[in-house]
Amino acid sequence: MTKNKAALLCGILFGLGLTISQMSNPDKVLAFLDVTGNWDPSLAFVMGGALITLATLQHFILKSPQPICDTKFHLPKTNDIIDKRLIFRAIIFGIGWGLVGFCPGAVLAAFGDGKFEPFSFMLACVGGMVLFNIFHEKNNQSRFKDVPP
Amino acid sequence: MENFTPYSAFLGGSLIGLSAALLMYFNGRVAGISGMIAGSFDYKNSENHWRLFFLGGLILAAMFFNLFVPHAAVTYSRSTLLLIISGVLVGFGTRLGNGCTSGHAVCGMARLSIRSIAATVAFMAVAILTVFITRHLLGIL
Repeated sequence: MTKNKAALLCGILFGLGLTISQMSNPDKVLAFLDVTGNWDPSLAFVMGGALITLATLQHFILKSPQPICDTKFHLPKTNDIIDKRLIFRAIIFGIGWGLVGFCPGAVLAAFGDGKFEPFSFMLACVGGMVLFNIFHEKNNQSRFKDVPP
Repeated sequence: MENFTPYSAFLGGSLIGLSAALLMYFNGRVAGISGMIAGSFDYKNSENHWRLFFLGGLILAAMFFNLFVPHAAVTYSRSTLLLIISGVLVGFGTRLGNGCTSGHAVCGMARLSIRSIAATVAFMAVAILTVFITRHLLGIL
């Protein structure tokens, strides 16, 4: 198994998970966020299923010294730093998410629908990322710095 | 709550969790979609190619599902302008906040990262408030 083949397999599973759980449907996501309306708690079950599965498997995976195709686990080291920036940024993301119901993973899964809307969202999303890179470069930071969540 | 689909939601969620676990097992990487999209900009570096394979697999699987598995048709009620505003906010916010739903709410929370829990609570609360304001207070969306 090479890195690329492993990533392809994982991507396929992720895409199936998003479509089976209907998270690629923005109305389903908005129905979860609409707690005072006709509330649909499905998204909580998606998160629950993902968290239980990942936390259990990861407990065993991280006991080995290194992953199969790489020399080390690339884990974020800033797990306990909460700053104003993180919250400010989460607010920007939250407004965007609440307006339409698309997030980056869900919108990619929605490409399969063959409709125009997911593409315009994705283009704007990449535009937002480019905007961030320009903004970030002005602050003398590396452009393609690998920052996992 | 007539649209509540607990079984397919839990099954789909478990597949997402399995995918993230396997990506950690094989590549030692966190399955954060926004990070993969941003990392794919630098496609000339072959170290980044796995990201394109993951994103390609995700899109292919969703296309396959939509073509061959019967399901209710999805309708989009939002205007193009709103899609663009929302897209820019999401793209900018995920890079600024180092993660989106998959990175913070799934991968980060599964590691009990305080940072990810704070980010998830914050963006979920803001998104709920956004829906409340636009749908119930203003009644525009």
